[in-house]
Amino acid sequence: MSNATPKVHHYEYDVVIVGAGGAGMRAAIEAGPHAKTAVISKLFPTRSHTGAAQGGMAAALANVEEDSWEWHTFDTVKGGDYLVDQDAAEILAKESVQAVIDLENMGLPFNRTPDGKIDQRRFGGHTRDHGKAPVRRSCYAADRTGHMILQTLYQNCVKLGIEFYNEFYVLDLIMTKVDGVERPSAVVAYELATGELHVFQGKSIIFATGGFGKIFKTTSNAHTLTGDGVGIIYRKGLPLEDMEFYQFHPTGLAGLGILLSEAARGEGGILRNSSGERFMERYAPTIKDLAPRDMVARAMANEVREGRGAGPNKDYVLLDLTHLPPEVIDEKLPDITEFARTYLGVEPYTEPVPVFPTAHYAMGGIPTNVQAEVLRDNKTVVPGLYAAGECACVSVHGANRLGTNSLLDINVFGKRAGIAAVEYAKTAKHVPVPANAADEVVSMIEKVRNSKGTEKVAVLRKELQDTMDKNAQVYRTEESLNEALDKIAELRERYENISVQDKGQRFNTDLLEAIELGFLLDLAEVLAFTSRERRESRGGHFREDFETRDDKKFMVHSMAYLTDKKPKKPGDNIKLDWKPVTITNYQPMERKY
Amino acid sequence: MATEFEELGAVPSFTVTLFVRRFNPEDGQEARWQDFDVEVHGTDRVLDALHKIKWEMDGSLTFRRSCAHGVCGSDAMRINGRNRLACKTLVKDLDITQPIYVEPIKGLAVEKDLVVDMNPFYQAYRDIKPFLIASDKPEKERLQSAAQHSKFEDTTKCILCAACTTSCPVFWTDGQYFGPAAIVNAHRFIFDSRDEAAEVRIDILNDKEGVWRCRTTFNCTEACPRGIEVTKAIAEVKQAILRGKP
Repeated sequence: MSNATPKVHHYEYDVVIVGAGGAGMRAAIEAGPHAKTAVISKLFPTRSHTGAAQGGMAAALANVEEDSWEWHTFDTVKGGDYLVDQDAAEILAKESVQAVIDLENMGLPFNRTPDGKIDQRRFGGHTRDHGKAPVRRSCYAADRTGHMILQTLYQNCVKLGIEFYNEFYVLDLIMTKVDGVERPSAVVAYELATGELHVFQGKSIIFATGGFGKIFKTTSNAHTLTGDGVGIIYRKGLPLEDMEFYQFHPTGLAGLGILLSEAARGEGGILRNSSGERFMERYAPTIKDLAPRDMVARAMANEVREGRGAGPNKDYVLLDLTHLPPEVIDEKLPDITEFARTYLGVEPYTEPVPVFPTAHYAMGGIPTNVQAEVLRDNKTVVPGLYAAGECACVSVHGANRLGTNSLLDINVFGKRAGIAAVEYAKTAKHVPVPANAADEVVSMIEKVRNSKGTEKVAVLRKELQDTMDKNAQVYRTEESLNEALDKIAELRERYENISVQDKGQRFNTDLLEAIELGFLLDLAEVLAFTSRERRESRGGHFREDFETRDDKKFMVHSMAYLTDKKPKKPGDNIKLDWKPVTITNYQPMERKY
Repeated sequence: MATEFEELGAVPSFTVTLFVRRFNPEDGQEARWQDFDVEVHGTDRVLDALHKIKWEMDGSLTFRRSCAHGVCGSDAMRINGRNRLACKTLVKDLDITQPIYVEPIKGLAVEKDLVVDMNPFYQAYRDIKPFLIASDKPEKERLQSAAQHSKFEDTTKCILCAACTTSCPVFWTDGQYFGPAAIVNAHRFIFDSRDEAAEVRIDILNDKEGVWRCRTTFNCTEACPRGIEVTKAIAEVKQAILRGKP
């Protein structure tokens, strides 16, 4: 192993940002002008998955009809099935207006109203006056709002001369004990092009690494969304919050999982079962197809399991846009209708599109306070460590995120993370980095590279994704979750025996897929474990054996910690704690739409 | 209503041969073609076929990819002699009676297999000042009419995949040429009513390596996976230079 030891480089920055999607770059725009800042990303920035977001960004601009940030707060809290921390939701809704203005001022080409203002449209769960009717709150750029946000943020990073390290995979966070407190001192990154390692010392370190949809088979997520950042934090013994809450977006292209924006329903699209019935009228009589995603996804899955699915195998439902004028489709929904044409050969002008729920978004993640500071337990901050975007859990999304609140989240809390990181870096000193900081990553990599094991990464990953789709999707039970946990335990054992074919140093994606699988296994296990322990149904987490919400026992966030304990049975190595929900104005009520 | 979907579910699996251009600087061999027989499903994309090779046959096959549905721009490659995104090209839509040839995009140095050095491409993009330049400090949104918005909306769709630039014969012979993608992104700001630096970008593109090298072969327009009318955008920039303003 010694002759294969990769070269290690060292850098010193004030602010180190891991991830170059929306949250990371929004943070960089705040940090860059005031502190020596580096952004490290496994992808070239504009490849990040923020670019795949379609429908819009919520903000109570009231450009087209009456609206208020307070209504937006209420919708977010109710949409999240009351597990939302209400102080955080208030900030999200209050700061949304400025967040949209910031983007417009940076150059984002929003669609416009006839009088030249930013246009707005309807989206699921966003309502006028506490649920009376859908409201037009989503600011958008056709159905590529995420693309335009990602491009605009990158453009402004170029303008500011932000330093990027692209195709650098951060694989470890170095924590150093100072005065008895563990503090972050650096991250260790693997450079795809060369196989060399890079230690980035930072006074402030921001994780903005996105989601981990690849634990599921059917997902709207990119191949690269393997949860490396969330996994790194978890391996450091820091908690993960609310991991059982994973969102299944109702309208993925059937069989493929490619996302078709909720904007399709916001513009008037209707979901129908095999007999053509508009079935959402039965599940959400007031706002029908514009009910929150968890309810719509469950309704769709229920239609299929009760035999009312469409298609030869009756395994999907139909998204009907045929009553919309073709010019509306072309102007407001051009990309998603092209997806239907390209991938399924379906013409949305004249034919309904086959759709089924697709794993989409993690409501849970790295716990933070509203300053984006990472928590080491229910209350205590890790000084100098920040998280924002999908990888973080503030929690503004609670048990179910509303559509258009994620593009908002990355902008509001990305900005807050950048500001807080600069403030901290102004007075803090660098925490010393041990000389052997890269050792852990070296051994992780060389173990995989040199292994002569017989297991293959792709086989294990597929088995993981199959068990998660089967056992931890829209409907869950104690039994299904135990099956998932058993399977994951088996896969973990087999993971010790994997090998890769590519032994080289340059662009070794074979090796990195193996490392990524390790993170996927960790996160799938936490998700299945916390899902089993939450014996109630709330938002995106639905237990068939506990069908109702149980506010007495479970009006709390889960906090899962990895321990050193050798598990006797699956999940034994996870320590579970619960954290109170912050309630300001809204007492839990039954959630009806 | 159901008949179309019966057909959809009925698309059979079939076997195709892929010839993939291989190159690894670490093995000391010249670039070469390698063939693989792959069983694919009716809705599989070329990217799925490449994944099957990587995951089931040869883990060392190297290519970039991320979103897998044509929005991130990672996987532009030359498929049967044409630049396309592997994730947007369905195998069944190619001539599957013949082998499918997959090679890296042209005009940028090959790093390994289908991975090229994108840095010169990104540099040309950065050189045209791809960001809004405006001196006002508005407190609210700037107003822009739908008509003003429509002048540059097409070029905002660019995903920087390099399919256009690396399909351009001028770029192949002259790596200094800015190339279509950089001009598309200049267009996006030159024609934005909120921007004040059109003249600066016009100046940059009036250079000898600028817009005048375009020979209007339309390769770029044909290659664009986002359907951007690239050649038209370049022509509009040329006219703006002649006028001295957008």
